[in-house]
Amino acid sequence: MMDHGAPIIYDLFGIPGFHLNLSNVLMLTVSALIVFCIGFFSARNLKMKPTGMQNVFEWLIDFVKNIISTTMDWKTGERFFGLGITIFLLIFVSNMVGIPFMIVTAEDHVVWWKSPTADPVITMTFAIMVIVLTHFYGIKMKGLKEYGKDYFRPMPFLFPLNIIGEFANTLTLGMRLFGNLYAKEILLTLLASAGGASIVGFLLAGAPMIAWQAFSIFIGAIQAFIFLMLTMVYMSNKVMD
Amino acid sequence: MGTITWADSLFSLIMFIILLLLLRKFAWGPIMNMMKEREEHIANEIDTAEKNRKEAEQYLEQQKEEINRAREEAQQIIETARKTSEVQGEEILSSARAEAERVKANALAEIEREKDLAVQELREQVGTLSVMIATKIIEKELDEKEQEKLIEEYVKEAGERL
Repeated sequence: MMDHGAPIIYDLFGIPGFHLNLSNVLMLTVSALIVFCIGFFSARNLKMKPTGMQNVFEWLIDFVKNIISTTMDWKTGERFFGLGITIFLLIFVSNMVGIPFMIVTAEDHVVWWKSPTADPVITMTFAIMVIVLTHFYGIKMKGLKEYGKDYFRPMPFLFPLNIIGEFANTLTLGMRLFGNLYAKEILLTLLASAGGASIVGFLLAGAPMIAWQAFSIFIGAIQAFIFLMLTMVYMSNKVMD
Repeated sequence: MGTITWADSLFSLIMFIILLLLLRKFAWGPIMNMMKEREEHIANEIDTAEKNRKEAEQYLEQQKEEINRAREEAQQIIETARKTSEVQGEEILSSARAEAERVKANALAEIEREKDLAVQELREQVGTLSVMIATKIIEKELDEKEQEKLIEEYVKEAGERL
């Protein structure tokens, strides 16, 4: 992984420091397309008696609904449903797309195909977006005064801790996801390079590879679930009394 | 690594928003509508079933009432018939009794009349018979004079008695 480069376009549109990682663009687009296809084909020819994919998607809807309901009442939480299901599906699929294989160009070792969530920029973007949204809805639904007062609860002297907490929440939300997925990618890369190096390596690395891929599926699902859960927990902290 | 790719942030944000809108339009929007519709449908079905059940119960109640009424009516009819028959029987009995009374009275009157007739006849015969007997006795024991006196006396007496 260390000797693998990324397909970066430096200074996009001539803006200094505005770099673009084409791998992330590709993988996010692929993930989003997969999520959209899942949704679109589930919702095609809807029936009163659900069958097949419609059942799956309805189960997903109920799953997200239940998570929201555990943190806040459904009347308040209904507006966050779209955010919840989109973030869950996108992160889940992003976690999954990196598992089966990785595409690296031969001549300059540039990584094209990997989990986009194994990049801290992407995970932090999602984390900051979620935290900004919680603050936005906190102010919108409780008013600026109540929102401000929350920083002095439960005790006024806890104000500095509350401020630190906000940053810590953001950082941990993004970094947890990144860390898990990055570790997954590194180990998969190591096992893959070991397996590809020689016959002995293939024999030795084969079984751990399969085990680690299975575990990666588990990690990916758990991390998507945790991200969704924490999103709703932070949201309810801000919008509920 | 090392360089922060800020454009990725912007791209992923835009991608996220587009995906959210598309999913709402094409995936969970319609599916949730369908779920809501189904919920309503089920609620409606339950309501209808409940209504039907209530109606059936009502009909059953009505039927029961109807049957009870019919039974009461039948009872009433039987009662009336019994009463009528009793009255009629009474009437028949009393008329029969009156008839019997009348027949009996007639018979009694007849008997009285027959008795009177018989008594009269008897008296006549007794008179004749006694005269004949007396004649026979007197023929033997009395003389002419005495006989005549006696006859006269008897005749007189018989004439007084009759």
